[in-house]
Amino acid sequence: MKQKFDIIQSTCIPIQIDNCNTDLIIPARYLASTTRDPKFFGDAFMHDLRFDADGNAVSDFVMNKAEYSEEPKKGVHEIIIGGQNWGSGSSREHAAWAIAGYGVRVVISSSFADIHRNNLLNCFVLPVIVSREFQQELFETVAANPQAEVRVDVPNQTVTNLSTGHSESFDINGYKKYCLMNALDDIDFLLENKGKIEEWEEKR
Amino acid sequence: MKEIVISNTSDGSPHRGGDAQRAEGVCLFDKIWNAHIVQQVEDGPTQLYIDRLYCHEVTTPQAFDTLRDKNIRVFRPEQVVAMPDHNTPSDQQERIDDPIGRKQVETLAKNCAEFGIRHFAMGTKDNGIIHVVGPEKALSLPGMTIVCGDSHTSTHGAVGAIAMGIGTSEVAQVLASQTILQSKPKTMRINIEGTLPEGTTAKDVALYIMAQMTTSGATGYAVEYAGSTVRNMSMEGRLTLSNLSIEMGSRAGLIAPDETTFAYLKDREYAPKGEAWDKAVEEWKKLYSDPDAVFDKEVTYRAEDIAPRITYGTNPGAGIAIDECIPTLEEIDEADRQQFLSMLEYMQFQPGQKLEGTPVDYCFLGACTNGRIEDFRAFASVVKGKKKADNVVAWLVPGSWLVRQQIIDEGIDKILEEAGFELRLPSCSSCLAMNPDKVPAGKLSISTSNRNFVGRQGPGARTILASPLVVAASAITGVVTDPRKL
Repeated sequence: MKQKFDIIQSTCIPIQIDNCNTDLIIPARYLASTTRDPKFFGDAFMHDLRFDADGNAVSDFVMNKAEYSEEPKKGVHEIIIGGQNWGSGSSREHAAWAIAGYGVRVVISSSFADIHRNNLLNCFVLPVIVSREFQQELFETVAANPQAEVRVDVPNQTVTNLSTGHSESFDINGYKKYCLMNALDDIDFLLENKGKIEEWEEKR
Repeated sequence: MKEIVISNTSDGSPHRGGDAQRAEGVCLFDKIWNAHIVQQVEDGPTQLYIDRLYCHEVTTPQAFDTLRDKNIRVFRPEQVVAMPDHNTPSDQQERIDDPIGRKQVETLAKNCAEFGIRHFAMGTKDNGIIHVVGPEKALSLPGMTIVCGDSHTSTHGAVGAIAMGIGTSEVAQVLASQTILQSKPKTMRINIEGTLPEGTTAKDVALYIMAQMTTSGATGYAVEYAGSTVRNMSMEGRLTLSNLSIEMGSRAGLIAPDETTFAYLKDREYAPKGEAWDKAVEEWKKLYSDPDAVFDKEVTYRAEDIAPRITYGTNPGAGIAIDECIPTLEEIDEADRQQFLSMLEYMQFQPGQKLEGTPVDYCFLGACTNGRIEDFRAFASVVKGKKKADNVVAWLVPGSWLVRQQIIDEGIDKILEEAGFELRLPSCSSCLAMNPDKVPAGKLSISTSNRNFVGRQGPGARTILASPLVVAASAITGVVTDPRKL
């Protein structure tokens, strides 16, 4: 799950659902598990939209269409383009585990819910915020050509639609960028700062 | 990680949303935030000290595994409180039949024993839904920073605390260090002014605000609720309002503590006692937004514009006053029409339809939103002397054993029983389909819970969100009913 970030260039899965909440990303019944197996959560990703009550694939859902159904690997479907307010609702990090477990490394949207955005970052999936216009352009490009590639350049903080050449820059703070590019966890940083915490407690 | 430069800023200057702070006045959120800054990471988040971490069984097993991986102990176990609530059944609590849910609840107990954490076990008098138990035991106090791996942690903000939902990685961070790395949110004040009309509750206020500002209207903000309507609300009402902050996109919903807060907390189990109480109240009285505090955003609503409300769609913002019709297609922005129609298709409703009078199959009173004593009093006030409709399955689920005991002490259980209702055992119950209280596919539920998402109460289940008064009236008639007309 912890791969260093640099430049990701890949085809995309367009999930054009606004307010796609974390209950949709992973239904509650998968939350009772105590496992950390990425495959368990990856298999549950968007489960109730991908499969009907009998477990059959729902043929008209985007992830089941031939052109988007290949599982992510380097250069293929490593990027999701999501609808606005992606990841609203429940704080379940299982939603980020499902996205990471499925093999996705970047989610692009015009807006993310706050908790889910942090969860993605903690799972080494990069949330990229673009304008609504650019989000719409990306949906149109990928619909017209499922082989279209998008390039996410973390060092330079840019996202480029290689079909049109259009590009936008995205925000990420310097600390988190450093963590992503070096595959470092927040928890390790905090553990290195124990002294400061005890100092703070004493003078409180 | 030596390359990261750290600066210890005593003024707590945040890296975004901080314009309010440079003004003269300081808002409530900033007062509490600033008092908990351990350090400011340069070009990065704040390391924030956490006074209270709550743990439930669903979002913590993997966090404890992280601690075991790293071979570390819980840093401040006495500041952590744990209890199972999502998987607990509401019909009996001798056992959990589902082996996966049972294992999760057992795992929490084992983790708490191993790491020395206070644990309120299923079926004991201390147990209940975390967001009901925390305030009612005064484990959540004014001025605190509170986190839990649960988005409805915003509830605890009603006592005048910064309370936020976090993910499991962040739970591990807090277990390991009693701190968390967070970017400071922007601040928003929502004022509600005036007297609420008859039959209108805190739940209706929240559903009204969501419909006005959408479910992402407060994303990126910490909200403070203020104004005369909020000042006149009971503590239970305030907890309902703060609970629903996340449904507007805000992780935190604060209300400045006042005499109502102090009266609610006084003498509760973990409240400071004697001199310590008096000292604490003196400190808590300083927790308010200065008159000249500037917010990144400020909005005001009039209580008289609010009526009993219901939702018609599959997000909590898709709602109407109970006597209104679902919008027609023409009334919806063109860009939103596709989503509007797909919501209605799932709900089996039509554009322009009036929902009053629509038959319901299930009625649910409970959840961290409306599982408190006042909610049961309200429900009982409607059903007293009447009979439950035969076509309706009703789940009445107290938010904690303390609430359940109070219901019995006040004789409310008798009123409910005479009206054909059964009082169940404390649990998250039908709020999220992780225990046996699932609404079957296609059935229509009217519920006091917080989310009407697709499949939330069970795969294929359809949910209308409403107040305890509306749910009670509907449980009597068997159709969506305006409590003012019953």
